[in-house]
Amino acid sequence: MTSTMIEGSPVTAAASLEAVDVAAWFGSSLVIDNVNLRMQPATVTALIGPSGCGKSTFLRVLNRMHEAVPGAQMAGEVLLNGEDIYAPGHRVTSVRQRIGIVFQKPNPFPAMSIADNVTAGLVLTGTRISRHDRETLVEESLTRAGLWNEVKDRLETSGSALSGGQQQRLCIARALANKPDVLLMDEPCSALDPMSTRWIEDTIRELGKTMTIVIVTHNLAQAVRVSQWSAFFLAEPGEPGGIVEQGSTDQLFSAPQDPRTADYVSGGFG
Amino acid sequence: MTTLHEPGDAVAASDAPVARVARTPRKIRRLTPDDWTSLVGALLASFALVTLIYEHLLNLSGVLGYLVCWYAAFVVVYATVLRMANSRKVVIERLVTVTLYLAASIVVGALLSTVVYTFAQGFHAYVHLNFFTHDMTGVSPTAPLSQGGILHAIVGTVIEVAIAVIASVPLGIGTAVYLSEVGGRWSQSVRTVVEAMTALPEILAGLFVYVVLIVYVGMPKTGLAVSLAMAVTMVPIIARASEVALRVVPNGLREASEALGATHWRTVYKVVLPSARAGLATATILAVARGIGETAVPLITSGASSFLNFNPVTNPMNSLPLYIYTSYTTHEPSAVTRAFGAASVLLAMVVVLFVVTRFLSRDKGAPR
Repeated sequence: MTSTMIEGSPVTAAASLEAVDVAAWFGSSLVIDNVNLRMQPATVTALIGPSGCGKSTFLRVLNRMHEAVPGAQMAGEVLLNGEDIYAPGHRVTSVRQRIGIVFQKPNPFPAMSIADNVTAGLVLTGTRISRHDRETLVEESLTRAGLWNEVKDRLETSGSALSGGQQQRLCIARALANKPDVLLMDEPCSALDPMSTRWIEDTIRELGKTMTIVIVTHNLAQAVRVSQWSAFFLAEPGEPGGIVEQGSTDQLFSAPQDPRTADYVSGGFG
Repeated sequence: MTTLHEPGDAVAASDAPVARVARTPRKIRRLTPDDWTSLVGALLASFALVTLIYEHLLNLSGVLGYLVCWYAAFVVVYATVLRMANSRKVVIERLVTVTLYLAASIVVGALLSTVVYTFAQGFHAYVHLNFFTHDMTGVSPTAPLSQGGILHAIVGTVIEVAIAVIASVPLGIGTAVYLSEVGGRWSQSVRTVVEAMTALPEILAGLFVYVVLIVYVGMPKTGLAVSLAMAVTMVPIIARASEVALRVVPNGLREASEALGATHWRTVYKVVLPSARAGLATATILAVARGIGETAVPLITSGASSFLNFNPVTNPMNSLPLYIYTSYTTHEPSAVTRAFGAASVLLAMVVVLFVVTRFLSRDKGAPR
């Protein structure tokens, strides 16, 4: 399934994403501070670390989903191809179209068919598309998400009838149909069985060859399997979370510089 | 090795094609004869006991008192019988079960008897075709059932409820969207008012429209006035039930929609409202069920008429509940039968409406 995945997808230069001195608050509590991370084009970057250290918050800052939470604030800059997505000229809706996100829990729209779920991004942003282009987009997105063969005969049935792993791939297809420059994933496999996890990891690896992907995961083996770059987040008690160490995944896991990283990747805590 | 079989036996057995024997599931929750006899025995014993004491020793009469005493005696006898062989927990469990079954049967029985009684009493009215195709113009209440009909009331009810739905559904759902998707400082006050208004007596809604629109504005007593008064009682019901339906839409869906670049309103319109479709339909049914049965409202804001009127803005318009009320209170036998016939039609309309709305609001392709 992996060999056919990229064919037919437009070859565009992958985008780079860079967080500069990012901080984030919920209400008055500072949850992450001083986060600097460059997410290379056409690379899978993994964010690892124990629960509550701000990985997911950081991920949501990257596509302006953080501010959807009441009372949430941020500081610093997030540069997409060198442009600050928080600059006044940028509309939040177009930022979210360019930087897609897949959440932890699969959440297909229950009132829409599988095909409608894939093109939901167009409908929701009011983008018009011809019938033929729509069919092409559905097939292309589902193929890239590795789901086409399983659902091609029932595109008009409800997305909620799919298994958990299929629903998550449908959500990936839905994000891809928006043609984002960057794809963010917030523990996309934590609600799935090992078999579905493997399928999704294959999908991520394949997509990562041409797309910039950032994935939050609690599964260290998964980080090793899918990512080329890793950042280790940690929050000391009472302190905001931040990056302790980052580097190529091989190096971070085989020769960590910081003793806390070494402890974590060797299973010492967390 | 001390086994009786050769070591290879097990392997050979599992390799051989096994003939599939048709299996039947075991009945593991079966009531034992003991359970049955103690239940039936307690029923009969308490029946005999109450008959003896209530009717023959105390010389009391009255069906309700009899049934209450029978139930009380049954509980005592049943508990005693059970206690002989069971623990306290089991006795309480059985008694609660029996009481709940009883409560459910009382409700179903009351409902069924109402429906059956209505349809039976109205039978001689609605077997005549003219009952559905004629109005009561020039037909006296004492006229035989082969004359006159309730077409004017059916048409009136349909038109009035339709206008009330058109007026109240957008307002009600709009209020629900405000309460659930916008919120803010005022939403709590709005919610309190809406909740209080769901209990608004219909006669107050009728008087409100009468005073404001008919007395002050000078509107004539018409079907439109009835619809507006109905809408006053329907809006809070729709708003409240719809808000509940919107609140149970998972937040993940709103988040997913916004993450795809949708604006807040587009998310509400394309994701939240469609996901809550079944709940919104139920809210509308609840409100229509309330509006369609209102009697004081048409009595005050339109008044009964005997002629067919398709125009909601001129002349009074009759409706089924008002027709039932006015016919029944004549106490003429044929008018009373017509009232029951009209009540049967009203019941049938509510059922049809319920089925149609359920059908229209079912989820597309959902495995249900």
